[in-house]
Amino acid sequence: MTDQALDHVARGGFWRGLSLRRKQVVWAWGFLAVPILFYALIRFYPTGEAFYISTTNWNLLTKPGFVGLANFKRLLGDPVFWQVFRNTVLYLVIGTPVSLLLAFTIAYHLDRVRFMHGFIRALYFLPFLTTAAAMAWVWRWFYQPVPIGLFNQVLSTFGFPQQPFLRSTTQSLPSVLAPAIWAGLGFQVVIFLAGLRAIPTTYYEAARIDGVSDGTILRRITIPLLRPTIIFLVVFSSIGFLRIFDQVYNMTSGDPGGPLNATKPLVLMIYQTAFSSFDMGYAAAQTVVLFLALLAVSLVQLRLLRDR
Amino acid sequence: MRGFRGMLVGLAAAVGVISGAQAQTQTVEIEYWQYVFDARIKAMDELIKRFQAANPNIKVKHTTFPYADYQTKIAAALPAGQGPDVVQLFYGWLDNFVAAKFIQPLPKDAFPPAMIEKDFYPIVSAMKRDGEYYGLPTAVRSLALFYNKKLFQEAGLDPAKPPQTTDELLEAAKKTVKRDGAGNLLSEGITLDFPGQDYHWWREVLLRQNGGAPYSDDNKKVTYDSEAGAKSLTWYADLQKVHKVGQAGFMDEGQAAFRAGRAAMTIDGSFRLGAFGNIKGFEWGVAELPAGPDGKRFNFASYWVNAITTKATGEKLEASKKFLAFVTTPEAMQVWLDAVGELPARKAAAETDKNLSHPIYGPFLKALNYSNATVFVDEAGQRQVALDLANRVLIQNQDAKAALAEAAKAEQAILDRFYAKK
Amino acid sequence: MSAAAVGPRAGFGRAVAWVLLLAGGLAMILPLVFMFSTSLKDASEVYDLRLLPAHPTLDNYVTVLSDGRFLRWFANSMGVAVVVTLSNVFFDSLVGYTLAKFEFRGRYIVFLAILSTLMIPTEMLVIPWYVMARNFGWLDTYWGIMFPGMMTAFGTFLMKQFFETVPNDFLEAARVDGLNEFAIFWRIALPLVTPALSALAIFTFLSNWTAFIWPLIVTTSKELYTLPVGLSSFAVEQQIQWELIMTGAALATLPTLLVFLVLQRYIVRGVVLAGLKG
Repeated sequence: MTDQALDHVARGGFWRGLSLRRKQVVWAWGFLAVPILFYALIRFYPTGEAFYISTTNWNLLTKPGFVGLANFKRLLGDPVFWQVFRNTVLYLVIGTPVSLLLAFTIAYHLDRVRFMHGFIRALYFLPFLTTAAAMAWVWRWFYQPVPIGLFNQVLSTFGFPQQPFLRSTTQSLPSVLAPAIWAGLGFQVVIFLAGLRAIPTTYYEAARIDGVSDGTILRRITIPLLRPTIIFLVVFSSIGFLRIFDQVYNMTSGDPGGPLNATKPLVLMIYQTAFSSFDMGYAAAQTVVLFLALLAVSLVQLRLLRDR
Repeated sequence: MRGFRGMLVGLAAAVGVISGAQAQTQTVEIEYWQYVFDARIKAMDELIKRFQAANPNIKVKHTTFPYADYQTKIAAALPAGQGPDVVQLFYGWLDNFVAAKFIQPLPKDAFPPAMIEKDFYPIVSAMKRDGEYYGLPTAVRSLALFYNKKLFQEAGLDPAKPPQTTDELLEAAKKTVKRDGAGNLLSEGITLDFPGQDYHWWREVLLRQNGGAPYSDDNKKVTYDSEAGAKSLTWYADLQKVHKVGQAGFMDEGQAAFRAGRAAMTIDGSFRLGAFGNIKGFEWGVAELPAGPDGKRFNFASYWVNAITTKATGEKLEASKKFLAFVTTPEAMQVWLDAVGELPARKAAAETDKNLSHPIYGPFLKALNYSNATVFVDEAGQRQVALDLANRVLIQNQDAKAALAEAAKAEQAILDRFYAKK
Repeated sequence: MSAAAVGPRAGFGRAVAWVLLLAGGLAMILPLVFMFSTSLKDASEVYDLRLLPAHPTLDNYVTVLSDGRFLRWFANSMGVAVVVTLSNVFFDSLVGYTLAKFEFRGRYIVFLAILSTLMIPTEMLVIPWYVMARNFGWLDTYWGIMFPGMMTAFGTFLMKQFFETVPNDFLEAARVDGLNEFAIFWRIALPLVTPALSALAIFTFLSNWTAFIWPLIVTTSKELYTLPVGLSSFAVEQQIQWELIMTGAALATLPTLLVFLVLQRYIVRGVVLAGLKG
């Protein structure tokens, strides 16, 4: 009892003896304690472990053995990996410009519309709130041959030949990409709208007084001033397309990754290698590649931001 | 107060009973694992009830996991000294399980190899490694030709006479296929579904009927890159490309087309019986897989086996032996057939007159005498190779020979990697 | 707004743009419309692609909901998303606040370290997380689904940006009044950034509500599935019965859409805030 009381006084005294600055420091680290533990255990430690596993031949069933860079060597010689790499790059280089162009065109015109503005914006935004796994099945259904698929039904009604869509090595990748673009479009539109709103009207007024044409205003004023918005959206959507998974997994569940791996992205390959074939070491090596790809995209972003 | 005292007395009595019982009988508890499938769980619960009644000093704990995660669960539990004493596994996983030291050879005193080879269907030999058996099935599954009686009748075919040879199959398919004016497929003669069961049909049936074999006898070499391979694959692909009696991907899956009444024939397994059986007013029949040009019949059988894990030792091993022996008795197999619809793995239990003359079980059972079970080392990987093979000839119009060469190379790499590790 | 907006020709151009925008918008929701309409169709009517069902029926909903699985998955998703959102709102703001408003050595390093985790893709961590969950017995538990997302660098960064706009005078005044630092954070600073909090909450909730790959890996029993994972396994199990799959998809989509219709303005604003400042 007395001991505790003494201790209490002593601690109270210790605390009171601290300067305001010192107290602040103690508070700060107190606030950060749990989060630092979290980031160390759930972010940094696993990152290191991913690198470590990538150098082993661990298959979940047996003890991991160190194999050096053998997994990476195997990756370089694996034709499926190169196909997957190509697919992932295609998702990125088709998905990002197409969705940004569409979103900008829509936002640019929608910005000038007053009548039913909120309603139209809502129409574009709604798909952003859907669950990708659910909508993948709706799109999969659309792509079926007649008599069940909507798209082919429309095509044959107008006398066009049916298209194989998901059952083709060339059409299946765009077919899987379409719902991903569709779902992300609304987000890009509202961000562009906000960006357009943020441009001070004085710029436009000045230009108009000078009699500058609409096209020139767009090229000389709107787009340069939207640069931060554009860079943000490019990076945000690039990362999204690099990590595409939900749509592919659900649209091609019978033959995962589409015919001849035509739609298989890196993340699906990682998932299959790790959780269907239990080849953890090889899968970890693939995650390292994904990490490097994302790092490259992020560095390009930093570079662009600095150039500003 | 009285309630509390009563509780104390009851508690004391209960403790006494439990400790007394323990001292007297020494109950052994063993754990049994299988994946989640309603009918299988019910059948196993029934078997455990009967087993425990006959062996009052053994208690069997029945644990189940969803199919997709079943292997992962086992892999997580066994190295930690937890999990099952007796485990059900897909026959294709055997090598991985043996390599990981998850399961032990069946003790020869209780399961002499000579007895197994005499009483069980020959496909069980896929469970044999270096003269020792590692597991025994309760039930097996095989393939058959499902056909839609109404569509047969509409096409002027006799619904009581399903095709008996691959030539007759093609003729029937040509008569039953339906297209609209623009050539769009409305209803298939026969489904083409490699991701379904056609992958087994080609590899274990069509290929062999043309005189080929998928793998060497020791399973270490891929041997389908051959004349027979090209011939059988071309015949299969021509169903779509030349005769246009079916289309891969029509209605998404072959079974979906058949179920919707938009395919006259489909190749599927005995496990599909339940799904087709539930549809009102749908009249379909089952026939043995058609014989090849030389009149020979083949089939593909697959099964789940029960094995004893390395965790079971001492009295648990003894109890596990008893339990494994029980679930592979003819009695247990009949329970399984009635509850799950899977076929008995023992000839004597399977080929009763009642079963053989059964219009649906009959064709599947007859097939077991000429069935092969493929030995897989990486089921998912090898399946992918086969799907790619079909897509090469069906979608990319590659020549069968070239496609086979590529597939053989890819699959050989999988086999080599596996056997090199061993 | 623009110079060209004068004269009849410009008016015509605008009308055309308006019609096109509306048509595009309607096309955007076409998949949703077809999903709902098919979910109201009888199996025999599925292949008839008419937009309005000839004989609308709720039978599919009865079938899908009858065994209680969907309700369970719905509750799982809701529970997981709510807990993770609350955790993010609390911890991300606490860390963001500390990094914005406290002076101490190591502050910049902590900030950089947290920010650098933005560069690590979730997909790289799923294997180590899986191993971790396996070792700690977290596989197939709610905690297993939630633990990777309890805090995010994105949220921390967002909140830091907003707390930097809070004037220091407010906080000093509270300090003079004798409030302790946590109380200052909780009672003074936090209420000043409610728009940011709601933006963070909306964004976190949405991304957890639709999360797929990690719940797919970490859950094994059906009782623990979240809605997207449950729907995916349900769709495969239905063996391509489209009317039931569409019903499942509709059930997974309906809740967020209804919430959106009610809170449209807040959600759009929140998403924009989170997008632009984060």
